Amino acid sequence: MAMLEVEGLEVTYGNIRALRGISFKVEKGEIVTLVGANGAGKTTTLRTISGMTSAAKGKVTFNGKDLLKTKAHHIVRYGITHVPEGRGMFGNLTVKENLELATWTRKSKAEVKKNFERVFSLFPRLSERINQKAMTLSGGEQQMLAVARALMSQGELILLDEPSMGLAPILVKEIFRILEEINKEGTTILLVEQNAHMALKIATRAYVLETGTVVMEGSGQELSKDMRVKEAYLGG
Amino acid sequence: MKIIKSIAFWTVILALGILVEMLGRFEYINPYVIQVLELIGINIILVSSLNIINGFLGEFAIGHAGFMATGAYLSAICTVKFHMPFALGFLAAGLLSGLIAYLIGVPAFKTFGDYLAVITLGFNMIIVNLLNNLEYVGAARGMVGLPKSTNFIWVFCATILTLIIFRNIIFSNYGRIWTAIRENTLAAEMMGINVVRSKMVAFAIAGCFAGLAGALWGHMLQYINPSSFTYLKSTDMLTMLYLGGVGSLTGSVLGAVLMTGLLEILRDLGVWRMVIGPVILVLIMLTKPLGLFGSRELKIVQPKSDREEVQKYVSHAGRKHNNEL
Repeated sequence: MAMLEVEGLEVTYGNIRALRGISFKVEKGEIVTLVGANGAGKTTTLRTISGMTSAAKGKVTFNGKDLLKTKAHHIVRYGITHVPEGRGMFGNLTVKENLELATWTRKSKAEVKKNFERVFSLFPRLSERINQKAMTLSGGEQQMLAVARALMSQGELILLDEPSMGLAPILVKEIFRILEEINKEGTTILLVEQNAHMALKIATRAYVLETGTVVMEGSGQELSKDMRVKEAYLGG
Repeated sequence: MKIIKSIAFWTVILALGILVEMLGRFEYINPYVIQVLELIGINIILVSSLNIINGFLGEFAIGHAGFMATGAYLSAICTVKFHMPFALGFLAAGLLSGLIAYLIGVPAFKTFGDYLAVITLGFNMIIVNLLNNLEYVGAARGMVGLPKSTNFIWVFCATILTLIIFRNIIFSNYGRIWTAIRENTLAAEMMGINVVRSKMVAFAIAGCFAGLAGALWGHMLQYINPSSFTYLKSTDMLTMLYLGGVGSLTGSVLGAVLMTGLLEILRDLGVWRMVIGPVILVLIMLTKPLGLFGSRELKIVQPKSDREEVQKYVSHAGRKHNNEL
């Protein structure tokens, strides 16, 4: 049994069918990426998994537990952390407070301390900004904080929505390097990206989404060499 | 050393309160001044409890006088009808007002923003109309003969305790949840926070303290009637809140002190004080839209940040970083 299994998932917004029965799975320890153009249903997929959007049909299970009937704040306790598009900062709170809030579901002080150390060794830049308000951080630093927050809540599976959005290429590289590092330490990642080139490079497996359906799947390497993917998403 | 220091600090504060109370009793201080001071204390409790909802939680509730009314009437029923001691009526008022606030939270927090404002306003009106027609509590004539139980030291201690409790909640990890909800509700939910329940708890706490303030207020004036608790009273509280600064405890205290004081100082001007007060408010809003204090706090209110603890991680991480370079 895979860690996360999505089967025949359908989501509608009024008359619009955002997802038309997609199926995919994420195994423990993988980086799986969903690539596709605007409106393909990538963000909707993540939102449905984390309980922010309700599904019309289908099945989503995480370690055997049904997620579609579970409320969002309980899903976090199962070990899924969602880093939303636009980073979801608490702008008027400091970096430290942002990180502390992510430990809300974890009670052990020793664990929290360990997580702080881990996060600061991954993101030394954040430790320099510890008492600064989140809204005063640069875009890249905010994205780092968003990922750091996900690590603080110690999810087994991190859902990442467009971590490269609005960042300079060098920062995108840095973020993806850190994602690989986190993955090596044992966190499973489900990544949604428009920057298909970077995403496919680090992905164990990938799915290509088009208007609410999965049109292709394969290993990251396979797909990045595929002619159709190249033409559509990698610029020829 | 630290403990001795804080014991000394609170002893001085308490001694100050007792001193004023004694000076008032032996009429070295005019009873009128004492009553104004009591009014300031009560307003501080009201405004800071409203600040939890409107400031820290970031919602917009405009029916706070409703909870004040339930507190005032409940405590009055306890003391006048059942001849219970004031302390008991005071506690009952707080608990029941908190409970009522929690129950109102059930329908109110199915929505937010403007809709929440309308619901709280509606609740305020319901309470006033109910009291206006309830013969048991004197209907529109109100209740008379409340014992003069509120004295300066009662208000003083209640105010100080309220501020200590609020400050400790707000700067705890639980209180931060409210700010997190204000800053980004979606992200808060994604962190495992039960948003609706946290909002209801905030509402209950605010309602509880408004009820306590109501009990103090009723037993200060010894007379309560429904028309004292209309939306106009709620508006007064909002005025003080926005004058001092939303999302700042210091601001709540400042707003309550300034506005209450100002209206008393301008009393000689007769009707004109009702013009000058609002004009000052308009001027402040134009020059400082976030209120006098914004969302800042005085240093004394802020907890001694666990800076050293953080510093430890920082230097640890920094060392590692330098080694990599």
